[in-house]
Amino acid sequence: MVRSINIEEITKNIREMCIEANHYLSSDMDAAMKQAEQTEKAPLGKQILGQLQENLKIAAEDMIPICQDTGMAVIFLEIGQDVHLEGGLLEDAVNEGVRQGYTKGFLRKSVVNDPLIRENTKDNTPAIIHTKITAGDKVKIKVAPKGFGSENMSRVFMLKPAEGIEGVKNAVLTAVKDAGPNACPPMVVGVGIGGTFEKCALMAKEALTREVGTHSDVPYVKELEEELLKKINGLGIGPGGLGGTTTALAVNINTYATHIAGLPVGVNICCHVNRHVVREL
Amino acid sequence: MDKHITAPITKEVSKSLHAGDYVYITGTIYTARDAAHKRMYDIMGEGKTLPIDIKNQVIYYMGPSPAREGRPIGSAGPTTASRMDKYAPQLLDLGLGAMIGKGKRSPEVIDAIIRNDSVYFAAVGGAGALLSKCITGSEVVAYDDLGTEAIRRLTVENFPVIVVIDSDGNNLYETAIKEYCTEE
Repeated sequence: MVRSINIEEITKNIREMCIEANHYLSSDMDAAMKQAEQTEKAPLGKQILGQLQENLKIAAEDMIPICQDTGMAVIFLEIGQDVHLEGGLLEDAVNEGVRQGYTKGFLRKSVVNDPLIRENTKDNTPAIIHTKITAGDKVKIKVAPKGFGSENMSRVFMLKPAEGIEGVKNAVLTAVKDAGPNACPPMVVGVGIGGTFEKCALMAKEALTREVGTHSDVPYVKELEEELLKKINGLGIGPGGLGGTTTALAVNINTYATHIAGLPVGVNICCHVNRHVVREL
Repeated sequence: MDKHITAPITKEVSKSLHAGDYVYITGTIYTARDAAHKRMYDIMGEGKTLPIDIKNQVIYYMGPSPAREGRPIGSAGPTTASRMDKYAPQLLDLGLGAMIGKGKRSPEVIDAIIRNDSVYFAAVGGAGALLSKCITGSEVVAYDDLGTEAIRRLTVENFPVIVVIDSDGNNLYETAIKEYCTEE
């Protein structure tokens, strides 16, 4: 049975999700931020984490975006192959949702039409859209507006297979050290290991949308996530980069098959405003 | 140490601040980020005058989200300062009093801060809603066509910042991290 979904549904949901993501942290991030304020050892770090709690409260109560950088809208779509989308083009529907969300929701328009000519498109479109065809008759939408303070500190490393797991650890720690205060710590670190040049970057991005506090199903990857989080929090960078024991809230790693000659590692860093909203239609 | 200062800022005041001081700013400051800096830089290159007299002024690296009705401004936290590093030394040499942003600065900017008895403050990144509450007025004074990147004159009350680089070149980003670093 083929299920029909009108693309207006997609537009409406994306509009709402853009606004929601920019005013309320998801429950996993919210819990991690509260926990960090309790455990942070540096007095200034603790004070900053307290301010960030207050910031979240004001954002929700007064409908002021958590951060003025309301991001470039990154949208993951998982479309069941038994779904028939009707009423127009999917890409147009997604961009219309972003347009409506950013203009009606008083969100900042941060997108320029061309990387070198740089004219603002004034409605935050186009979005970055990643589409996957899956089984079933549902559409899963993930909206993850991405700020660029932390995006700019993200890296891809094309390691040699001989560098192995130590090489991966060094790559992640190098990216985090270089990011330091620029990426608005406490950060979430998304890592993609394997695949190709673009696959590892995409895995790293998607890893950022995994619930903070959950781990990879692969035992050695879970261990690596825990070890790297501990090492990152031992760097001393701390909240706001002003020293402390909370530099990252989570390290989320995704892996994929790769080529005999390669070991690609993507490190996508996100600030403490790690926004992700998920809905299923 | 907590300090209260007014903006614009005199050399006497900026010289009295030390890395690590927690400072509340009241008065008038200006916003400018990437695109506005590029225009000011190009204008200076042509020998023309800047759209604002920057002597003793404080520039806040910030591009706000739109204001809802009845409010002066939307979310208003700092952006990464290093993108303005190319432009900052020349502005400091022209008398710019202080900068507010977040993140590291280049050796050239640090030298210019020392040379001009200036100061670099950090505001808490990602606290745009909270910081907007300390802004009571906002008016576009130049480059309106740049939208969020226009130059705005802001009226601020007890706007909270931390001294990161002082006029002696002390850098809190380097010293504070060492205290909590457990790496050998």
